[in-house]
Amino acid sequence: MTTLKIPTMADLAAEGRSPEILFWVGCAGSFDSRAQKVTVAFCKIMNAVGVDFAILGNEESCTGDPARRAGNEFLFQMQALQNIEVLNMYEVKKIVTACPHCFNTLKNEYPALGGDYEVVHHTQLLQSLINEGRIKMKEGGEFRGKKITYHDSCYMGRVNGVYEAPREVLQALDADLVEMKRCRSNGLCCGAGGAQMWKEDEPGDKRINIERAEEALSTGASVVAANCPFCLTMMGDGIKAKEKQDDVMVYDLAELILNNMSH
Amino acid sequence: MIQQLAFAVLTIGAGALAWRSFSRVRRNIFLGQDEDISGDNSQRWRNVLLVAFGQQKMFKRMVPALLHLTIYLAFVITQVELIEILIDGFSGQHRFFADKLGGFYTFVISFIEVLSLLTFFATFIFLARRNLLRIPRFTKPEMNGWPKLDGNLILVFEIILLIGIFTMNGTDVVLQQLDPEHFKDTGALAVSSWLGPALFGGLSEGTLLVLERSGWWLHFGMVLLFLNYLPYSKHLHIILAFPNTFYARLKPRGEMDNMDEITKEVRSMMDPEAAFAEEEVSEEMPEFGANDVFSLSWKNIMDAYSCTECGRCTSVCPANITGKKLSPRKVLMDIRDRAEEVGRNLDSGDAQFAKDEGQPLSKGNYDDGKSLFDYISSEELHACTTCNACVEACPVLINPLEPILKMRRYEILTLSQGPQDWLPMFNSLENSGSAWSIPDARDKWAQDALRQQ
Repeated sequence: MTTLKIPTMADLAAEGRSPEILFWVGCAGSFDSRAQKVTVAFCKIMNAVGVDFAILGNEESCTGDPARRAGNEFLFQMQALQNIEVLNMYEVKKIVTACPHCFNTLKNEYPALGGDYEVVHHTQLLQSLINEGRIKMKEGGEFRGKKITYHDSCYMGRVNGVYEAPREVLQALDADLVEMKRCRSNGLCCGAGGAQMWKEDEPGDKRINIERAEEALSTGASVVAANCPFCLTMMGDGIKAKEKQDDVMVYDLAELILNNMSH
Repeated sequence: MIQQLAFAVLTIGAGALAWRSFSRVRRNIFLGQDEDISGDNSQRWRNVLLVAFGQQKMFKRMVPALLHLTIYLAFVITQVELIEILIDGFSGQHRFFADKLGGFYTFVISFIEVLSLLTFFATFIFLARRNLLRIPRFTKPEMNGWPKLDGNLILVFEIILLIGIFTMNGTDVVLQQLDPEHFKDTGALAVSSWLGPALFGGLSEGTLLVLERSGWWLHFGMVLLFLNYLPYSKHLHIILAFPNTFYARLKPRGEMDNMDEITKEVRSMMDPEAAFAEEEVSEEMPEFGANDVFSLSWKNIMDAYSCTECGRCTSVCPANITGKKLSPRKVLMDIRDRAEEVGRNLDSGDAQFAKDEGQPLSKGNYDDGKSLFDYISSEELHACTTCNACVEACPVLINPLEPILKMRRYEILTLSQGPQDWLPMFNSLENSGSAWSIPDARDKWAQDALRQQ
């Protein structure tokens, strides 16, 4: 494995360079211990295949998505305008992020405030790296023939219409992809979106992540693949609540790929 | 002659009455704010063709889609027959097109008859789905009372209408043998050629004549009743589905509309120099977001009037599925009910509804002390995960999410209320630019990972 390199935009700027692509880490990717693993895994993949990237590091700030969806437009715009200032200062052209919420906000909402970038989600980048043959998979990797089910995140799936890229990435694992009854445009939310992640549920019969975890468990898959740090938490919690955490693992696609790479 | 006169009076009277009701609906829709309808017109027409005419989104659920398609086609095709009824009614002729179109007439009427017969069965299946099978989406709390009755009434109207059509055509077929002079040859109609003689064969000519006229008037009477019923019913979707799909948002689903008035403020905060350049400072506390039909857009209100309460949105809503109070369909129904209430009050002209009682009551001078929050509770608004399942599900491109988010904006920005749980997140964003307040540096994960290798 190549040595880990995680340059910041400031580092590169000091050398008079700018990277091909900015890796937008996001709050979850930066601070949530489970999502940090995904962040590092994705950096390792990019290092291994030689993707020229950098992060903003401490110059990055929340995109403002949770504030905007909670209704706090003021806070959203404070975050957004600050971020756009930083991004435009570095003349960023292309951004990759492992968070569908960051992806959506950067791609669809920043243009109205003067931030125009080409934004891709890490599953889309992984897909093109696999297609280009830059990521090579092990012969007979760990997940070969194993049942994996894929949980569509709302913000990649329904909101941005990306259903196939993550599935194509999973196919590279040679695994047995089993779909849940509610998948693709009918996929059920994990329960975290719309700033629900930061609040208790409203009164009801059940938590949404339990409903979704039950559906995932009913497929008999031993791995639940996700592409969103919030889904990762929600699905992990749901499976723990059903006491299946020893039998069923929840992974981000980047982790699965890193595990199966031959380099 | 008396028949012609009665026909003209009835048609014009019912038409005028319907015009008045439809104008009210239009006025109520335009209680809302302006909305920028720019963008690719060809995409808009595509939506009308595929989603409204083609019913593309209905086909996510096969059984109701086929049943609905049958009724829809029968409805559209029957309008051809309605043209003839209008000509006959005003001119006092009988089956104006029959001899002029010949074989083609037989074909068209047969086509209507076959679809009508299928519709007859489909209507009963729909009644069974609503009342016997009790499909969950038809039995949610918001469907109690009028909405349930409304759904059933439409189906009953449909059945009466079909009885009218088959009585009129069936007796006509029998009468063609008895009085070929007046009852022109229609050719062998697909259904009535056997159903007519089976039901009405052997009746006296007098009885047949009465039945034929009764069927004809019943058919037309139901059409006029239906026309006047529509503005008060969920069934209005048969008309509004078309403009509603045309005016549906073309922007990316994930893009919430930017609030430019806030951008101004934030920019002036970030750049104090710019603050001085600002022209006016308004005295009045500005209102942000929506708390009533006046602050929604007219498209949001048109959405509400286009809703036929099928409940597909609610049946896929993760909050509703897990027993929360939120039901996207109820949000739409509430907006329509509120628009109706405001409209009624405006029509009353009663000064008690005016903000300034000295001025005439109008959309701009209105305050009845109520708002949409009297219909939609915070608990409902707070349960939304913004997953867009409701947006995806709607067969006529209604967007239930938009009003929910506009009301959240009102709650947070204008009322400074909202879930207590969100406060730490807001504070953290404001103070540290992170959604969680964690004392670590944002790049600590990277430092740790680099150290560990």
